[in-house]
Amino acid sequence: MASVSTNEFKNGLKFLMDGQPCNIVDNQIVQPGKGQAFNRVKFRNLITGRVLEKTFKSGEKVEAADVMDTDLQYLYNDGEFWHFMDPATFDQYQASEAAVADVQKWLIEQDMCTVTLWNGDPISVMPPKQVVLEVVETDPGLKGDTAGTGGKPATLSTGAVVQVPLFIQIGEKVICNTQTGDYISRAK
Amino acid sequence: MQNDLTLEHAKRNWRPCAKIETLQKRSQWLRQLRAFFYAREVMEVDTPMLSQSATPDRHLDSLKTAVRLPGQSSTHIYYLHTSPEYPMKRLLCAGSGDIFYLGKVFRNGDLSPRHQVEFTMLEWYRLGFSLAEMMQETAEVIQVVLGNLPIEVLTYQQAFLQYANLANIHNATAAECRACLRAFNLPEVVGVEADDKALWEQLVLTEVIEPQLGVDRITCLSHYPAREAALAQISTGNPQEALRFEVFVHGMELANGYQELQEAGATHRRFQQSLQQRQADGVETVPLDNRLLAGLTDAGLPACSGVALGVDRLFSLAIGAHQLSEVMTFSIENA
Repeated sequence: MASVSTNEFKNGLKFLMDGQPCNIVDNQIVQPGKGQAFNRVKFRNLITGRVLEKTFKSGEKVEAADVMDTDLQYLYNDGEFWHFMDPATFDQYQASEAAVADVQKWLIEQDMCTVTLWNGDPISVMPPKQVVLEVVETDPGLKGDTAGTGGKPATLSTGAVVQVPLFIQIGEKVICNTQTGDYISRAK
Repeated sequence: MQNDLTLEHAKRNWRPCAKIETLQKRSQWLRQLRAFFYAREVMEVDTPMLSQSATPDRHLDSLKTAVRLPGQSSTHIYYLHTSPEYPMKRLLCAGSGDIFYLGKVFRNGDLSPRHQVEFTMLEWYRLGFSLAEMMQETAEVIQVVLGNLPIEVLTYQQAFLQYANLANIHNATAAECRACLRAFNLPEVVGVEADDKALWEQLVLTEVIEPQLGVDRITCLSHYPAREAALAQISTGNPQEALRFEVFVHGMELANGYQELQEAGATHRRFQQSLQQRQADGVETVPLDNRLLAGLTDAGLPACSGVALGVDRLFSLAIGAHQLSEVMTFSIENA
C-alpha cells in the first residue's frame, strides 16, 4: 500500500491509523521560525465516526487508505447483511451491521445511497437526505389539530421512530430528514 | 487551486484578498515603519532577493530559479532569499552602519493561516546594541502598529517555569517534557523518538507556552537554548544559553533576533553543522555564502544586534485577522 507524507496532508485525505481508515478534517502546519515543523491534524475514524487529534512530525509517513465513496442502490437485508448494487455494473456489495448501524432505519429498498468502500467493502452508508416512509404505529390524534403545535411519536415501516404532528394517522406516508431524524411533512 | 487558471475559476478569484480599506491601512503602516527607522537614521537597503547561495538552516527551504546570463551556455541556479541576513551582514562588514530592509522574502512549503510562501519581512541591524536594547527597540516598532501595549521581557527558562511548570528546562529530561504535554491534555504526538529531548522541548514551547505568551502585551522571550543559537552569540555567563530572542503578541511569533555572532570561524562551523543535519535527514544541501564568510574574515562584523519581524503577521494582529491573506493584496493561492 502506498504511503503518504504529512507534506501531502489535506482535508479529505484518507489514511490508516492503528489499522483503521481515517479521513482528515483539519490540517494545520506548525512551523516555528527556526525549528522542526509539525502538522496538527484532526481526523475522523471512518469506522467509529469519532474525531481524533494528533500532532505529526512533518515528513512522517502514514499508510494511504483505499477508501472511496460510491453511489449504490440498496437491495435488501438477508438477516445478516445489507446488500447493495452498482446500477451501472450490477456489482453487488454486502454491508455488515456495523456499517449500517446508524442508518438501517432509513434504508428503503431501491433507494440510492452513498456507500463508503474500504478495500472494496462497505464501511459506512449514507441514505438519501430525505426518505418517504409509512406510519405503522402511532396514537390516534386529534383530527382538528392541523396547526401541528403538538406532537407524538410514530413508528415507521423501517422501525424508525419520529415525532410527528398529532393529525398523522396509521397508514399515512411521511417525509423525514435522515440526518436529523426529523419529520418534515406529509407525503402526497 | 494553483493550477486552475481557467477563466471560469478566475472570475471567482480575481479580487484582492484584503479589503481596499485594509490595504489603505497597510500602506500607512508601511510608511510609519519606514519613518521610524528614517527618524533614527537607519539606512534603508534593498538587498537582492536572488543569491547564488542559500541559508543552510535545516528547517528552511529556499525557492530556487534558473537564471540565464549572456555569454553563458547554461543557466545558473539562484535561490530566493528566506531573509536578507547574509547580504545585510556583508554590508555591515563593509561599513554600512545601521541598516534596515523592508520587503519580500520566500519560504518554500510554508502555508497556513500564519504562513505564506511569499511574505513581507522587516529586518534591521543596530551597531553596538545589546540583546536588551534590541528587544526594547523591537517592541517599540511593534507599538508603532499595535499601539502602546505593555512590554514584558521573560527568559526562555522563566517561561518554562511560569507556563509549563518545568523548573529548569535546560536540564529537564525528555520524559519530563512528555509528561508536561500529557498534563496539558495535548493530542498525541506521532514521529518523535521518546528520548529526543530537543523536539519534546520544542513541542512544550509551541503547544503549551507560546499560546499563553503576549496576552494583551508584547512578550520578548530571551536566551534560547544554545543548540538553537543559529547565528546568535552564546551567553558568556551560561554556555547553555544563546543571546537570541523571539517576540510574541497574542500567542503569535512576530520577531526573531540575535546579538550577532561575529567570528568567521564559529559562523562557518555553525553553517557546517546545519549542512550535516541536512545530510543526516536526507534534505538537499545548498551552497554556502562564502562571500559572507570572506567579509567576516577580511573586515569583520561590527558588534551589533539584528532582528527579523513578520510584517504581515503584525498587520493581521492589528486588524484582528484570522489569516495573513486578509492583509495581503494577493496570497499564494490567487497570485
